[in-house]
Amino acid sequence: MSKQPGTIAIGIARGILEIKQFMRQRESVVFTLLFPILLLLIFGAVFKDEIAPGVTFSQYFVAGMIASGLVNTGFQQLAITIPMERDDGTLKRLRGTPAPTASYFIGKVILVFVSMLIQVGLLLAFGVALYGISLPATPEKWFTFFWVMILGITSSTILGIAFSVVPKSGRGASAVVSPIVIILQFFSGVFFVFTQLPAWMQNFAALFPLKWLTQGMRSVFLPDSFASQEVAKSWEHGRTALILTAWLIAGFFLAIKTFRWEKS
Amino acid sequence: MSNAISVRGLTKSYRNGKGVSIAAVKGIDLDVASGEIFALLGPNGAGKTSTIEILEGYRKRDSGELSVLGEDPASTNLPAWRNRVGIVLQSTKDAADLSVVEILSHFAKYYSRARDVEEVIAAVGLEEKRNSRGEHLSGGQRRRLDVALGIIGNPELLFLDEPTTGFDPEARRSFWDLIRSLRRSGTTILMSTHYLDEAEALADRVAIMNHGVIADCATPENLGGRNREKVIIRWREHGVVHQQLSDSPTAFLRSLASRIEGEIPELTVTRPTLEDIYLQMIGGQE
Repeated sequence: MSKQPGTIAIGIARGILEIKQFMRQRESVVFTLLFPILLLLIFGAVFKDEIAPGVTFSQYFVAGMIASGLVNTGFQQLAITIPMERDDGTLKRLRGTPAPTASYFIGKVILVFVSMLIQVGLLLAFGVALYGISLPATPEKWFTFFWVMILGITSSTILGIAFSVVPKSGRGASAVVSPIVIILQFFSGVFFVFTQLPAWMQNFAALFPLKWLTQGMRSVFLPDSFASQEVAKSWEHGRTALILTAWLIAGFFLAIKTFRWEKS
Repeated sequence: MSNAISVRGLTKSYRNGKGVSIAAVKGIDLDVASGEIFALLGPNGAGKTSTIEILEGYRKRDSGELSVLGEDPASTNLPAWRNRVGIVLQSTKDAADLSVVEILSHFAKYYSRARDVEEVIAAVGLEEKRNSRGEHLSGGQRRRLDVALGIIGNPELLFLDEPTTGFDPEARRSFWDLIRSLRRSGTTILMSTHYLDEAEALADRVAIMNHGVIADCATPENLGGRNREKVIIRWREHGVVHQQLSDSPTAFLRSLASRIEGEIPELTVTRPTLEDIYLQMIGGQE
């Protein structure tokens, strides 16, 4: 008998299949790829004021939307599609094949990563072309960009998998997940300047990853002088890394413990 | 011939919403020989699906001995074991946005000795639909795709859970031909079904399950002592329809034939159908 195909090989095949399915679902293409761009255009057209010397609200907003992109393509996408796959039998069928569990998750990670790169790439392109965002100019800024992005997308993916047990059905998943993301966006300094929010909102948002992701992305795309405008008068990179890592670890154990393959 | 499946004293219970333990499978014994088609019959809630899902490795049993292809699904290396097993679940609706050929080519990558994709498409009769997406298939075509996915890995053992629910009669007939051709190629098949004619047409042996126990297990002809039941003989004589129950139908027919000149008008000789026996057994368990 020839050898059993490997976990990684099957995982990559799944990733390619997931991307193909993603591109064929009009809703996913529209909501994951086009909707953020649309928001960017609307907010950019409405709010043109400077919120600090040399910093327009559009620039502030682009940084926040890139951070949101990490939450959209990881957390939101998985927390909605995994319950749908549990409902339509995808998960149960997969479990009945020799494909290892890890291959399924490798496929998801590939899908999340590719859709994240497309979304962040599009936001960056529009941000640079229309709103005077400048790409990171120094190696330090690029380094910050990459670690915030990698830590952000990883924790967002893991938390999406962990949260996938919450929606009772695939049909209702979007109604459970989307409001959480939208509220976090309001509270975390995406749609409004964070320091202008009431203190209780700021404190609440500080418990969740998105606030730290937006702050991390601002540290990449806004001038360093803007750090003094933040709540802590600094970019707080150390604390950002710590809180994202804590969510990542908690999400990992929660996902392993609670993941469900079948409707109960 | 060794047994593909061997079960001794299998039990399984679930907790219901109030935390009360409900026994779904109450100690069953079952043997399925390599190469045979074995049908599991029974009403809803009889414990069929629980039993099959334990055999498929989806669920853990409470107690009992289990050997499926020589291994215990609860403790074996699942990917290696699943490489030899095909599973066709009850109604599915996944992969709606992939075409028949795409999804089969993908699943073929999971197995070490997968069958040729085009050959499998031909075997299930989906040649004309090979480029259609899952969402554009009819119920019967969808089920054929499920079976194609079940056999793509060239399994030694195939589980079929209610494979023809919702088929029109013609689709069922051609589906039966497909199942028979699988048996000819040496695949062992364990199927559950609601249709007694299907079990009778396909199965080498049938087990009737009710209330978590196996009420009887035999060939379709012998189930429930069907072969020993009285035979019903009907005929017309002097313009009147007569009916006779007989333990010795041949002797009775001989005397009838000697009494009536030529052909016996409207003669029928019937044994109770599998359905009669089944309903009798299910009813007797209440």
